[in-house]
Formats: sequence, C-alpha cells, structure tokens
Amino acid sequence: MSYIALNEEDIQRMTGAMGLEDPEDVFSSVPGDLKFQGLLPIDGPLDEESLRRKMSVSPSKAVFAGGGIYRHHIPAVVDALVSRQEFYTAYTPYQPEISQGTLQAIFEYQSMMAALTGMEVSNASMYDGATSLAEAALMALRGKGIRRILVTRATHPAYRRVLTTYLSRIEGVVIEEVPFDREAGTVDIEALSKAADTDAALFVQNPNFFGILEPMDAVSRIASEKAGFWGIVVAEALSLGLFQPPGLYRPDVVVGEAQSFGNHANGGGPLLGFFCTRKEHVRRMPGRLVGQTVDSRGRQAFCLTLSTREQHIRREKATSNICTNQGLCALRAAVYLSAMGPRGLRSAALQCAAGAGYLSQLLKDRGISPLFAGPMFHEFVVPMGEARRAALLAEGIVPGIPLSREYPELGETALLTVTEMNTKEECQWLAKML
Amino acid sequence: MACEDAVTCCPLVREPLLKAMGSPGRNKRVLPQPFDVPEAADLTEIAPLPDLPDVSEVETVRHFTRLSDLNYGVDNGMYPLGSCTMKYNPKMAESVAAPLQPVHPADGPAMGKVLGLLSLLQRQLAGICGMDGVSLWPAAGAHGELTGMMIIRKALEAKGSPRRKVLIPDTAHGTNPASCAIAGFLTQGIPSGSSGFLTAETLKEHLDADVAALMITNPNTLGIFEAEIREIADLLHANGSYLYMDGANLNAILGVARPGDMGVDCMHVNLHKTFGTPHGGGGPGSGPVLVKGGLVPYLPLPLIIEDKSGNGALSWDAPESIGMVHSCLGNVGVCIRALAYILNLGPLSLRETAKAACLNAGYLKSRLKGIYDLPYTTPTLHEFVLSDRAQKDAGVTTMDIAKALMDYGFYPPTVYFPLVVPGALMIEPTETEPFEELERFVLAMEDIAKKAMENPQALHDAPLTTPVGRVDEVRAARNLILAWA
Repeated sequence: MSYIALNEEDIQRMTGAMGLEDPEDVFSSVPGDLKFQGLLPIDGPLDEESLRRKMSVSPSKAVFAGGGIYRHHIPAVVDALVSRQEFYTAYTPYQPEISQGTLQAIFEYQSMMAALTGMEVSNASMYDGATSLAEAALMALRGKGIRRILVTRATHPAYRRVLTTYLSRIEGVVIEEVPFDREAGTVDIEALSKAADTDAALFVQNPNFFGILEPMDAVSRIASEKAGFWGIVVAEALSLGLFQPPGLYRPDVVVGEAQSFGNHANGGGPLLGFFCTRKEHVRRMPGRLVGQTVDSRGRQAFCLTLSTREQHIRREKATSNICTNQGLCALRAAVYLSAMGPRGLRSAALQCAAGAGYLSQLLKDRGISPLFAGPMFHEFVVPMGEARRAALLAEGIVPGIPLSREYPELGETALLTVTEMNTKEECQWLAKML
Repeated sequence: MACEDAVTCCPLVREPLLKAMGSPGRNKRVLPQPFDVPEAADLTEIAPLPDLPDVSEVETVRHFTRLSDLNYGVDNGMYPLGSCTMKYNPKMAESVAAPLQPVHPADGPAMGKVLGLLSLLQRQLAGICGMDGVSLWPAAGAHGELTGMMIIRKALEAKGSPRRKVLIPDTAHGTNPASCAIAGFLTQGIPSGSSGFLTAETLKEHLDADVAALMITNPNTLGIFEAEIREIADLLHANGSYLYMDGANLNAILGVARPGDMGVDCMHVNLHKTFGTPHGGGGPGSGPVLVKGGLVPYLPLPLIIEDKSGNGALSWDAPESIGMVHSCLGNVGVCIRALAYILNLGPLSLRETAKAACLNAGYLKSRLKGIYDLPYTTPTLHEFVLSDRAQKDAGVTTMDIAKALMDYGFYPPTVYFPLVVPGALMIEPTETEPFEELERFVLAMEDIAKKAMENPQALHDAPLTTPVGRVDEVRAARNLILAWA
C-alpha cells in the first residue's frame, strides 16, 4: 500500500519540468557512500485486514486497576466529535485565522480546568501527570532560593521517578521524600512540618497514590506557612468532580493527570497532563497558552499567546522545551466535560466512591482488610500475593496494581480501583476469588 | 462594521463560548449507576457542584461541530508546514488501533500482546534508522530530544568526562536549544555558511574538550542534506563527543540513507511526522529515541523484553538507565498507529514515499524559484525555503503572503524559520499531495506575487475568506484573557 497520489504520468511531467533525467535524481545531494543499498530490513507490506488480525487485542473481563490511568464511562459524543477530521488532522494552531476551532476548544479546556482546580490559569496541556510535576518542580527552582524538592512518598511512584530523572542534572538540588503514616496511609504531618522550609518546594498528591484523602487543612497550613513554593498533584482528575477545588488551599500550582476526562486507557497512553497555576506565575509557567483577543474587525478571536516564554522564541532560555503537547486529549477533555456537565461529573465520581465502598465491604466480610484506615476516594490497598495475582489474571480479572516493586515496605500488596465501569457482579466475583 | 441584515451580517461572535450557552438543568445525561450511592451522599453534600457549563447533548454536538468548521486540517487541503510533515493520515491506522482503547496498562494478558507490538515497532524503527537500541516512551519530538541529551549526559558522566557544551547549527530544528538547556547543557550556535550545510572545517573551529555533542537536523530545516555528516561524525568521535540527530525530517530519506550509517550516535524520530499519525491540533505525537550500541545501557526505563511467541514484558533491570521519562509507556496509541503505517507500506513503499516527497517539493521549488527569492541554491530534498525579499520593496512581507494563502484555501507554510533566512517561507508539501493540488498552490503563489506588485494593500488586508480576519496577537499578550470569566 502507498498513499502517494502521483502516477507515472505525473512523475514524468514533474521530473521533466525539474530538468531531471530520472526521478531517483532527487537524491543526488545524498553522498553516494551514504546511500543505503537494497531494501530496508523491516516487515510488510500488509493489507488492512491482515493488520487488523495481527494487531487485535482484547482486554480482560473485569478490571480493577487504576493508579493514575482510569477506565471511566466516555459518552459516545466524545469519539464522534473528536474524530472530526478538521480537528484531528490539524497541527498546533500557529495560524489562528484558520485554527479557531482548535483554539476556542483549548481556551474552553483551559477555562474548565481552571474552574475545576480553583486556579486562575491552565495551560493547553502537558505530556502526562509525571512530566507536569517535573515541569512544576523546574518552575519552582526558577524561583528565589529553592534548593530542595519535597515530595510525599504517597505521590505516584512513576511521577517521583520522572521527577528524579528531570532534576538529576541540576547540581545542588535534592529531592526528599516525606513519609506516610503506616496506619492511616496519609502523609506523616510531623515529618512534613520538620522538612518544610523556605528553601523547599513541596508537592503533595491528593487523593494520594493509595487512594487516601490527605488531611489537606493541616497540609496546606504547613505548606503555606513554611514552604517556599508548594503544589498539589492530582492523578485522578475525576476527584475534582467530588471534592473542594484544590485551589482553595492556595497552592502555587495544581498539576497532574486528566486522562480520566474523556480519554481511553489506551494501553498506557496518550495521557493528558494538566498544569494550573496562579496569575502571578503565568510568565514562568511551561507550555502553550491560548488567549482571547479580537480580529481586525473587532470580532471575538483566539490565538496562542505569551509565546515569548517558549522554546521557539526564547530558545535555550525558554521556560520549557515542550512544543507538541497532547492537544487532541485536551479537546477530548473539553468535549467530555461539556457532555457530562456539573451533575454528570459529580454523579460519576460518587459512583466510583460508592463502588470502592461496596468492594471494600465485600472484602472485609471475607476477612481482607484495607491496609490503610484513612478516608478513601475509589482506590485502596489490600494484601495480595504474586501467586494469587497470577491466578486471578488467568481467570480474566485484573486485581489492581502490584505495589511490591515501588513499596517493598508494604509487603506483597495491590492497589485496587473501582470505577463506574465496574459492576456489583464483578466485585462479587473478585471477592469470591480472593 | 454595519450589518445589512441578520443573514449577511458577520457576527461579532462566530460561535459563543460554552459558558454562555449553559443553563442549570439543561444536561439530562443518564450515567451508569452500578452502585448504590448512600442517600446521605447528596450531590452537593461534600462540596458545591463543579463550576461547569450545563448544556444539552445537542448543544454540545453543535458547538464542537461548528468549532470544527472553523478549523483546517490535512483532510481539508494542502498543509505545507515545513519540517512538520503534514502528510495524509491513513484512516486504516485509526481502525487498526481502536481495540487498544479499553486496555489498562495493568491488564497483563492484554499488555503482553501490546508490548509485543511495541517491540515489533522498535525493530522496524531500528531497521529504518540503522540504530541498535530504541525507547518509545518520549511523548513528542522535543521530549525525545531531551531524553536523548540526558542519555548522552549520563554516558559522559559514566566515562568520567562530564562535558557541558552542545553545538547546534543555525539550520537545526527550533526546539533543540531548549531541550539541551533542560538536560543541563550550555548551547552554542554554529553557522552553516553559504552552502546551507555544516562543513567539517567549520565544526573544527568550534570543537574543544568541553563539547559533549553536536545536535544536527538532517536533512536540515533548509531541506538540505548535511553532505559532510560522515566527516563531522568522525571529527566528533575523535574528540570524544557524540553526534545527535534530530529526525524531524526523516521522511526525506526513508530507505535512502540511514542515520546509523552516517555515524549518528543518538537520535529521535517523530512518529506523527514521518509515519503518518494524526497531529491532533498539536499532539499527541510521539518521539522515540534511538541509540547506537554504546548508549544502549542508558535508555530510559522500562525496557521491553520479547518472548518467543512475540509477546512482550517490561524489564526494570537497567542499572545505568537515565530513569523514567514518562509515567507509563509514552503515547502507546500513537506508536500502534505508526506500526500499522510502517507494516502497511513495507520497505518498498517507504522508499517510494521519500522519493515522492522530494519530487513534490522539488517540483514546487522549480515552479516558484523565479517568482520568489530562493536564498540557497544547494539542492534540496523534501522541503525548501523561500523568502519575501522580492516582495519587500513593495512593502509585502512573509506574514502577508502567509495570510493571503489562506484565501486560496491553503494552510500557510512555516514562516520566519529557519532564522538564517530573514522572512523565511519553509514549504513542505509531502508525498501525499496530488499534482493538481501542487499546481493550484503554484497558481496561488503566482497570484500573490502579482498582487504584491499591483495591489499590496489587498495582501495587507488578507485573509478575507476565513472565519475571522487577522487576529490581534499583540493585544492577546498585553491584555491576558486565558479563561472565561
């Protein structure tokens, strides 16, 4: 198969007009000794039906896994609208006059993310929650006197790993983990209070990686009194539909993962990093921003703005190197939030919480108690051995995410997640098999 | 501007903001209710309802359908955005990738299959580029650059030679300096000279013991093949430095020349450019990083191990790795689409793709070079750069030309880049443009050049047929409105 639109006649006409003897002469500027001889050592060609057979994949029957990537109900209008090819096959809206669709939709995404987080400004997206946190730390380090990054150990382990990768090249900066309380599963407030200081930027995930709600009143009091900079990490954006907007705690940034808003799990990606902050930080923030303005005749219009922060203008002094982001995923989020509305989002979040309550009660009835006593949203940690996990997987049940690699101190455990995509029957099946 | 009547009038608001359409109770969506929510958990008990628009489904559908009508994608017409490779995105890949959607990354049995496919993609990319190791996790080109430069940094540290400087030719891709800076390097620009490519002689003048790497784009953003790249690689290696190649323009040389054979140590490819995945209005893209043998130990975590049946599993056993660069597995969905594209085409068609891309660009250049200034006469491949020099005396700039092109039904080329050409118009038609579309583009460019001489004001006023006229970008930056009130 080929998607080239030229036939032999076209090629003859064109080479003639170019004064070439042979179409191969278009490569005359490639030195002969660098020319690759023969066929590339790759597979194909394969027709569409063969590809469909070769690449088919089907999910397990009952999935109780989350941990930053969630299976939520996505109304059919999301796929229908986002697959409009005028959105789908466009690129970064450099030319606003024929990109108003993308621009207005992203402006609406920014507006809704700002409203949900209770912050003033949202950017147009980041790659994922982890890089969003890493960029937030880089932004904090551009502030005065910040030399330590404090992050709670109950923050998503992959986020902490990416943070370490991004910050490892900066000399004199240390990343410190704030431990969690082994009973409650919440942050160790005493340790937090000791560690927080003006030379530190603090990041707290809420709900935390164990699905537990952090005591945000206490955390925010310490953070705003002591830390030089602080941020709230949200790895499950649907929680924003249920709880107070994190902006109420007055952090400098709210960053995280918004895949839950209308984006499929996709085997792990694409995801949707979000980045929200206060107006005072806007010139230091990473990523693209869409602003509202007018056209030459005074009509409402939108365009990319504050690009003087960005890589193509500021070059090596840019606030970030991000260029292509997750535009289509942000569009999906905008359509999703529009389709769900305020009550729909609340209802979906309540279903998740009710489902997790239902499953945890079933497990308690069978003598399996959650590891942590703190209040949960829709995820909780239970003991689970590797053999049991393998047996469940073989039955078609995905029993959460195993934690022993990232949290060896907890022993053999798993993080179970329930969403509105699960059913009572699935929960009963899992409980019976455990 | 006064309106004659409600039908012919240009509305001040083409499509209202969602916020303006909302009214409590409009949204009547019925959602899955598999669980019993305790009665006490009233919808507003914990916190006030989120502050979101409350609109009916038909309002949502019409709103975003109308917004899509204000947009222009490759499926609308030619999108010759230089160095972005806006080729047609085969619908086949969408359909082939669809079954991936519900798969959670913790779903072991399903992911075995997915990881097997990702491993297959790694092998295809390694074969196309002539490289040894691949990581698919970087989510975009700039993310790939950053990952690649972190790998080089780590390798130098392991050698006990922590160098600080990265050389970047003035024809390199725009994101390179920022990516180097985030990876902890200092950047130094070097000139390409009048030929439009970097010479080994020029490089020699800039090489010293602190040079960690050279970051080159090949073909570069002038569309010119870096003719001395092999000599450049040898010089760098003799100096203990690495050669990084930005693969943004790989489409031009698919099957024709392989970076690995040029002496490239580390590179990234842009799956959304070269391998036909949709650009999505600004992503998701995917920027896999490829390395030669010596750099393999530093690739990001996790690694994919393939078993005999073709299934894959993740390995975390790479003590020298730079670590994770993404919370999960990068833009898996984009990778799967790119794999479908590569397997669909196979080796012969991939090479034909490069040839047709260069033919289309070469043909356009041959038709336009008499009308617009062509600052570099060195042969080019898949793209070429014109300037507004011939129109400038009449007061017409690249911005005017770009805006006018929209009235002819085209997306404008990349403008004012690369910086080595003042008033640059960087044109990349790609292989998927039919002959007639190229001809139509030539006619449009001829007409614009004519207008520049006869009626420049008409070009300053352009565009006239687009949903909005020229957008006031200065006002947007001065009077920041980043969210609805």
